[in-house]
Amino acid sequence: MALAPVDRSSLPAVGPSPTFTFPAIVRHVLPNGLRVRTVEHASIPVVTFVLQVEGGSGADPAPQEGLASLVGDMVDEGTGSLSAIDVSDALARIGADYDVDTGADATNFSLTTLVRFADRGAALLANLLTRPSLRESDFTRVRQLRIDRLRQMKDVAPAVAERAFLRLLYGPHPYGHSPLGNEEALRGLTIEQVAAFHAATVRPSRATLVIAGGMRHDELLRVAAAAFGEWTEPESPTLTGIAASSIEPTLTSRRLMIVHRDGAAQSELRIGHLAARRRTPDYAALVVMNAVLGGQFVSRVNLKLREEKAYTYGARTGFDWKRGLAPFSLSTSVHTASTADAVQDAAAEIEAIRGARPVTDNELALAQASLTRGYPAGFETASQVARAVSQLALHDLPDSYFSDFVPTVNAVTAADVTRVAAQYLDPSRLVALVVGDSSVVAEPLRGLSFGEPQLLPVQM
Amino acid sequence: MTPEAATSIDLPFTKRTLANGLDVIVHEDHHVPIVAVNVWYHVGSKNEQPGRTGFAHLFEHLMFEGSEHYNSGYFVPLQAAGAQLNGSTNTDRTNYWEVVPTSAIDLALWMESDRMAYLLPALTRERFETQRDVVLNERRQNYENRPYGLAMMALTAALYPPDHPYSWMTIGSAEDIRAMAFDDVREFFRTYYCPANASLVLAGDIETSRAFDLAERYFGEIPPGARPAPVVASAGLSEERRLVLEDRVELPRLYFAWHSPAMFAPGDAELDLAADLLANGKTARLYRSLVYEQRVALDVSAGQQSREIGGFFVMAVTAAPGASLTALAAAVDAEIETLTASGPTGAEMERAEAQAEAQFLYHLQTVGGFGGKSDQLNAYNVLRGDPAYFAADLNRYRLATHDSVRAAAQRYLSLERRVVLSVVPRGKSADALPGSVPVAVS
Repeated sequence: MALAPVDRSSLPAVGPSPTFTFPAIVRHVLPNGLRVRTVEHASIPVVTFVLQVEGGSGADPAPQEGLASLVGDMVDEGTGSLSAIDVSDALARIGADYDVDTGADATNFSLTTLVRFADRGAALLANLLTRPSLRESDFTRVRQLRIDRLRQMKDVAPAVAERAFLRLLYGPHPYGHSPLGNEEALRGLTIEQVAAFHAATVRPSRATLVIAGGMRHDELLRVAAAAFGEWTEPESPTLTGIAASSIEPTLTSRRLMIVHRDGAAQSELRIGHLAARRRTPDYAALVVMNAVLGGQFVSRVNLKLREEKAYTYGARTGFDWKRGLAPFSLSTSVHTASTADAVQDAAAEIEAIRGARPVTDNELALAQASLTRGYPAGFETASQVARAVSQLALHDLPDSYFSDFVPTVNAVTAADVTRVAAQYLDPSRLVALVVGDSSVVAEPLRGLSFGEPQLLPVQM
Repeated sequence: MTPEAATSIDLPFTKRTLANGLDVIVHEDHHVPIVAVNVWYHVGSKNEQPGRTGFAHLFEHLMFEGSEHYNSGYFVPLQAAGAQLNGSTNTDRTNYWEVVPTSAIDLALWMESDRMAYLLPALTRERFETQRDVVLNERRQNYENRPYGLAMMALTAALYPPDHPYSWMTIGSAEDIRAMAFDDVREFFRTYYCPANASLVLAGDIETSRAFDLAERYFGEIPPGARPAPVVASAGLSEERRLVLEDRVELPRLYFAWHSPAMFAPGDAELDLAADLLANGKTARLYRSLVYEQRVALDVSAGQQSREIGGFFVMAVTAAPGASLTALAAAVDAEIETLTASGPTGAEMERAEAQAEAQFLYHLQTVGGFGGKSDQLNAYNVLRGDPAYFAADLNRYRLATHDSVRAAAQRYLSLERRVVLSVVPRGKSADALPGSVPVAVS
């Protein structure tokens, strides 16, 4: 066919985006009280199960930091007559991907397998979760591996920064520790505590099972019921106490801390403060604000620190959403010599979007377009779909949430963005953390408006 | 057929070559309203010369900075269209991809074709120097400031002679990156960035005929260029080389490396399976023996690094606190000897086959990005000359046998011809394997 020559005088126009509709989520409740949500996802004969249990690391009883995630690690260490090795073998034989993710508010156990192995995969997952062996000998090995891993992480600058920053932001609040725990707390744990925490948290009344895959709803439900129908609520009490999300953390004041790393080639930076809850009515405006400020490649922070100043390979900002008050923070790793300049430029960008340099129409349009036009690409796989639906359960969001996302984001105005930036970002509460060579970076950091830098030890 | 009968696994496509030599491959998948655009240039760090290492990767950064007709950063218009985009460089190829809403396919092709044809007029010394600094930061962040981050540099430098292009890593040496000359950019672009040396895949929500029309429209006008001559190099080891590297680490780690078959060559899949049965999952032999039973190691890993002109097989074992590297090496060697003497068990072969099938299927779940269907089609086309190789690739794993895995392990995993690197905490060189020679990498 005859082709018109390409007009290179301007970029081709982008057509309107088709309306995005998330597949139907069907909710069921099994007779034992287990909540089940099924989603048909037909592209490839693969199925993903996500069993979400309320009570993640935020439910670790003080001082047993790391207990929830250690329970997560113990679940696939054996069930019935199967040893840890046998479990690993059984997973491999159905080509399964098995994963445990302990978050602040919940732990997600997920398993992906081929549709033709759906029943075997579900039965295996159910056996692991509801009847784990929790043997003492496995426990001592798993705990030792965790302690050794923490020791290794002392040399991983981003890991050191993440742990120290959580503590700086939250203090003694139950969100203030890494799910991995710390060496001292782990050494004090017992297998009895693991068993008790398992019994108190992993039970039908606290769980939601999401299944997405290339099967019909009734088949997905049948698989769920066959595997989890016999699961009964233990007679022992469920976890008591106030949920971490309901405890108000003490807010920080502006300061700068340094974790010394001798001869570090780069400084790892975290700058932020506690800012918002996932259920805030301003969620969409905050997501747009973050996209403009540092949530994507073309953002103020990345353009300034990477593309203009070449301080770093990349810089980003984001909310680490939780049920309770969650942090907004900027993360980057910068050349040691540029540390103070990078902290200053980063803090200046956080400050400016609150009003001195409000979001422009172009920035707003770019952020909205990038958040909405590419939205469907986040739901290609069964695993993406199942994990997304489990987030709805965690945050008690409506089933229409994903289909509503695009119009909701597109309704955000420039005034909304400036308002939420001014309301939720607070320079007087900014905490800056530098993991780097203090003999080089401390002096220039002293000249910034964060007061006298304070040294923090590495804590694992 | 049983209810658990094998799932059919297929990656259908249509291929045409434009008059200028550009291969165009189209795969339809209408499940999600997105299209993946994926371009491979058959150039990587193996096309570099000693003293000029890191150039191919730095060049990749420049491809995002603007072209003649869109003389500004590429992220802005693509991100505004809802695209995800990225690029990467390895020893053998450089790839660029966008995943765009179906309505933005013209934009993605316009931009990909503009930088293929018209990059140079937009390249300035200032952009070059900024990206050179960004790459130096990338190197510090991902190699110098990361525990064990320099180990692979030490290994490849020991496996290959200094003039072999796999002896340096794609990121390049910091000294070479600092010394890079802006004037070298032009020649590099003219030599390697042309339709004859490139391959384009469109995968996703697009009709095949329209995809070919668009490819012709945007890329057909570009002069063909010439396909560069293949890089030829060889390497071998005649003895065991023991090295020690001091690093900012808490726990020492042993690396073992052997020369192995090139990508898709006989023995390549077998060594991939051997790596799995040695170190992938708790059932794996090294995990079971060193981590689970003896508790002398914290973690184990193994992998067949398949590359175009020759592979290497690498294993790593991190010592548990207090464990000696000498004892650890003896335990590893015992497992290697058992494998080479007796081969895999029947259970191991069954498991490997189930996992291979599942992994090939999982890789069909996404159209774009690194490792998605578009990237796989380009890999098969560029490195194998045949995008239909997907089925044959899977068959390599299905047809592997106890005997073929044992034979590959026997042939390649020799205790007498390999590199063994001890990475130890600073000041602890005495903890390395006996006879280890200190290496300096930076």
